[in-house]
Amino acid sequence: MKEKEKIHVHPAVNFIYLFVILMTIWMALTRSLSPPELIAGFAVSLVLSLLLYRNFEKAGFPPIPGLKKIGYSLLYAVVLLKEIILANLDVAYRVLHPKMPIKPGIVIIKTGLKQDLAKLILANSITLTPGTFTLDIEDDRLLIHWINVKTDNVEEATRMIGERFERYLRIIFQ
Amino acid sequence: MEIFGMILIGIGAAFLLIGSIGIYRMPDVYNRIQAGTKCTTLGSFLTIIGVGVVQPEWFWKTLIIAIFVLVSNPVSSHALGRASRKKRISLYEKSVVDKTDEFTGQQK
Repeated sequence: MKEKEKIHVHPAVNFIYLFVILMTIWMALTRSLSPPELIAGFAVSLVLSLLLYRNFEKAGFPPIPGLKKIGYSLLYAVVLLKEIILANLDVAYRVLHPKMPIKPGIVIIKTGLKQDLAKLILANSITLTPGTFTLDIEDDRLLIHWINVKTDNVEEATRMIGERFERYLRIIFQ
Repeated sequence: MEIFGMILIGIGAAFLLIGSIGIYRMPDVYNRIQAGTKCTTLGSFLTIIGVGVVQPEWFWKTLIIAIFVLVSNPVSSHALGRASRKKRISLYEKSVVDKTDEFTGQQK
């Protein structure tokens, strides 16, 4: 609860945070420490973070992450990778099976996440997992196309589709 | 190491092939997007990473390209699906449930 009250961080913190992220991406891409590369990266990151640091907070990036959040992010990446592989085997099975065992339908699920970025990650993860893909988002509801419908009840569908990601995202974005 | 990379590229190509068969076999646009998104994501991911494993000096760059594919692929399929739903493109006749009207009805 206390964390929610001090949600407004100083703009300079946002600026530095965004700058560090951009600079890290640049250095990962160029993988060189020669001065011209570093100066170019520094200039580009500086201009972009000056232009964008105001929007950065609105997107709902989590505040400066602690160890727990980084740990959960890594765990989330592992879970997502596992789900992607399962999704592919699942789709491969349905595609190659002569009778095509599909039972498609469109259902609604609910999410408790608030930030736009968190919802984006949730929707993308749902798209990448077995048999479900996100058609639309409106406030706290997601319209999902499900290739093998097991239930059309909103709560049950939420538990079956969204919950396995949401419990990690809730911790990362709190 | 090179053989491992080749195996990754091979598996990736196999998934891309399954994805294409899926796009051909599936009955309606939504199911086609399902097959298309999932298999192309892992397929291109493995192919790109495989190239990085064969050529180790490219590995980090291929990893970043792969992550961008992983992030942008669902977004494009989401846009396609949303557009077809807005256009009311009809579902496969054996579909069991369609809650689109409930979803859009509550919006008003």
